[in-house]
Amino acid sequence: MLSSARRWRPVAALVSLVTVIPLSVILAALAVPDGAVWAHLQNHLLPELLRNTLWLVLGVGSGVLLVGVPLAWLTALYEFPGRRFFNWALMLPLAMPAYVMAFSQLGLFDFTGPLQSWLRAATGDSSWVPSLRSSGGVALVMTLAFYPYVYLLARNAFASMGRRALEVGQSFGLSRVKGFWHVALPMARPWIIGGVTLALMETLADFGTVAIFNYDTFTSAIYKAWFSLFSLPAAKQLASLLVLMVFVLVWLEQRARGRRAYTQTGRAAPLPRLRLTGWQRWAATLWAGLVLLLAFVLPFGQLVWWAWQLVAEEFNADLLGYALRSVALSLMAAVAVAVVALALAYAQRRDPHPATRLLAKLATLGYAVPGTVLAVGVFVPVAWLDNLLLGWFGGALGPDVTAIFKGTLLVMLLAYVSRFLAVGHSAIDSAMGRITRSQEEAARNLGYAGWGLLRHVHLPLLKGSLLTAVLMVFVDVMKEMPITLMTRPFDWDTLAVRVFSFTTEGQWEHAALPAVAIVLAGLVPVILLSRQKDPL
Amino acid sequence: MTALLELDSVSQAYGATTVVEAMSFALQKGEIACLVGSSGCGKTTVLRCIAGFEPVNGGEIRLDGRVISRRDYLCPAHERAIGMVFQDYALFPHLTVADNVAFGLRALGRGERAARVTEMLGVVGLAGLASSYPHELSGGQQQRVALARALAPRPRLLLMDEPFSNLDVDLRERLSREVRDILKHENTTAILVTHDQNEAFAMADRVGVMQGGRLLQWDTPYRLYHQPATRYVADFIGQGVFLPGRVSGPHCISLEIGEFCGMLPLDFAVNDRVDVLLRPDDVQHDDASPMTAIVESKVFRGAEFHYTLTLPSGQRVLAQVPSHHNHAVGEAIGIRLELDHLIAFRHG
Repeated sequence: MLSSARRWRPVAALVSLVTVIPLSVILAALAVPDGAVWAHLQNHLLPELLRNTLWLVLGVGSGVLLVGVPLAWLTALYEFPGRRFFNWALMLPLAMPAYVMAFSQLGLFDFTGPLQSWLRAATGDSSWVPSLRSSGGVALVMTLAFYPYVYLLARNAFASMGRRALEVGQSFGLSRVKGFWHVALPMARPWIIGGVTLALMETLADFGTVAIFNYDTFTSAIYKAWFSLFSLPAAKQLASLLVLMVFVLVWLEQRARGRRAYTQTGRAAPLPRLRLTGWQRWAATLWAGLVLLLAFVLPFGQLVWWAWQLVAEEFNADLLGYALRSVALSLMAAVAVAVVALALAYAQRRDPHPATRLLAKLATLGYAVPGTVLAVGVFVPVAWLDNLLLGWFGGALGPDVTAIFKGTLLVMLLAYVSRFLAVGHSAIDSAMGRITRSQEEAARNLGYAGWGLLRHVHLPLLKGSLLTAVLMVFVDVMKEMPITLMTRPFDWDTLAVRVFSFTTEGQWEHAALPAVAIVLAGLVPVILLSRQKDPL
Repeated sequence: MTALLELDSVSQAYGATTVVEAMSFALQKGEIACLVGSSGCGKTTVLRCIAGFEPVNGGEIRLDGRVISRRDYLCPAHERAIGMVFQDYALFPHLTVADNVAFGLRALGRGERAARVTEMLGVVGLAGLASSYPHELSGGQQQRVALARALAPRPRLLLMDEPFSNLDVDLRERLSREVRDILKHENTTAILVTHDQNEAFAMADRVGVMQGGRLLQWDTPYRLYHQPATRYVADFIGQGVFLPGRVSGPHCISLEIGEFCGMLPLDFAVNDRVDVLLRPDDVQHDDASPMTAIVESKVFRGAEFHYTLTLPSGQRVLAQVPSHHNHAVGEAIGIRLELDHLIAFRHG
């Protein structure tokens, strides 16, 4: 029995390679910097990139805090008109990739956009409106796109303990306002920090938004280094710095969490919500409504408006082709992730050794690695392998063959699996955790072993979570831009790639239709998320 | 006739920690046995070794005369035809009651399988719930499904790990009687693990008391209660106190409340200091008795009172007295000892 358990460890090791190889390739560039490349970067690029990135991290970090936490507090503890609706509707921006939000907002608020046009018509002047094409504008757009992470995590934390925290505070003589600052907020801190960390990871990983705003950060610099300057070493060097920043972020989060364990002690009956009265009720509704308007209703409305105007000429076989390709690609990636995640979770189950746990941790590290970095990290070893193979068999294949794996779907899928394995794995692993040891043992007692055990016990019990994993990854790949852009086979366009090509040319109206399709797909998991039981 | 199950000096250890040490016992076909002991005594590990979930480090386990576990050999759990009822029942939430019961019957044809499922649901009294799902059932009903599922493939041996511990007291008593009837009806050989001695007494033909990985005594419930082999067994099984005394003759011991002679030879020399086990039912209330004790506290149990009494020396004894003898705390009442079995251990 023990030996059969140990047979699963190589499976976990194999799976972890999907992430370990690209990461090692990138981190190697950090350990062995290329002198000439490094000097060039240091003199010409790094100061601006660092300044821009730092500003974005600070701006988005404080932005999502200011928007997300108060909204979470309001919807978790208070009753006000429309509370039920806002409770889930405030998550809607999750359906909209930041790059879609970006060009839609630019369309709304630019000089030619509806707001400034209306201002000019009404007052004759709109020059006082600050331009959205600024560092503040990028941070604002990303805040609107990423605040739901903070909102979601903080709301759950507040809902499970906020009201009780206030009562404990009151029993010690703290007013509600003081109770919020001294009891509820510190208690919810790990979740709030967790939400901010997720938002900042997205910020560091973002490629589409900064590309649209022409605001250079590491991701866009990596892309340019590779595809404009054709300098893979420079791309690798930049990627290594970006990964370093992400790891510093993750490390800071772990440190902030410290040794404190924030678990709920005791289980209290849910408490009724506090009722807001008078002007406060409507102020709450107004505030939530304003955020929703800016973060979803207006930008989505703008998209639909553009799409509607062009639907007659744009809705053609080409578009269906891109859509079909997106769907097929996302489905393949989703199924691949689900299968790999299942193998990993099952390996952990069969062989619960710390080594297996470590391998699983490594394998799922890809969620933290920006897509641009992974694209480089996957491409470099594949190109190396190609050259090796061509050196051996090149003669037999003829002079026309210059690539074997490079630019194939397989490489793309590998990169997706690495990036999104954590998404699928967390869904499947938590369901695996709900299958008790005794359920497995009961089946073994009744004569099942090996494959029969997996087929008759685990698979039926995991069915729901496997579907969830497939769905989540499907939507993530639909929205994904940099990996698709950088590793796709030549001329192989998807919806996200179309959005990128149109927006880089400023043709926002044309980008709208594929963007609407992406947002509609993104709505599915948001709706599923909102249908989870309200903790109160 | 060889026994159905034999444990021959079985040992089990996790790393350096010995969990089970030199455990030996035999179980005849159709017998129900019970392992009792406080938590951590190794009783569940013994069960898991028999089931084949844990390897043994020494000794061997034989089923029907064939070795199923020894050092370096483990017949896989799924080939042992040993059934098990788990503490948490381990029902499959995605299957109906009938499909749960049918889970171990895949070797049978469709018709046979359905017939066996119907039969088993009838035996456990769940005939009407075949198409329900486990979460729709009460705890007691889930317990019965687990039993039916384990019994359906006609296992050679049934193991039950704290099967009633998740149920409330009332149900526990009723169900343990019912399960015993079912097992006897099916002529199933079974081993039950529990920390509740009432459950052990209600179910088992043989009871094994374990402590620190060792089997202290393997006996009938009656003999365990009245002739405990060690002080620990005497303490663990039933209530009672130890009264200090001195050996006064080959079969006699003198206590502060008189001299008592038993039928069994005592393993002591005259004048040895010993402790004598007094069960609450050994101490009888008798108004006519010249020997008295002071009521220190009392617990009303409905049919009887449990009195804690203080002897003149300050030594406490327990007495079980019919409940119409209602005496106040502080009152002196007459007592008489009825020692059918004289159980004594060296004073310590």
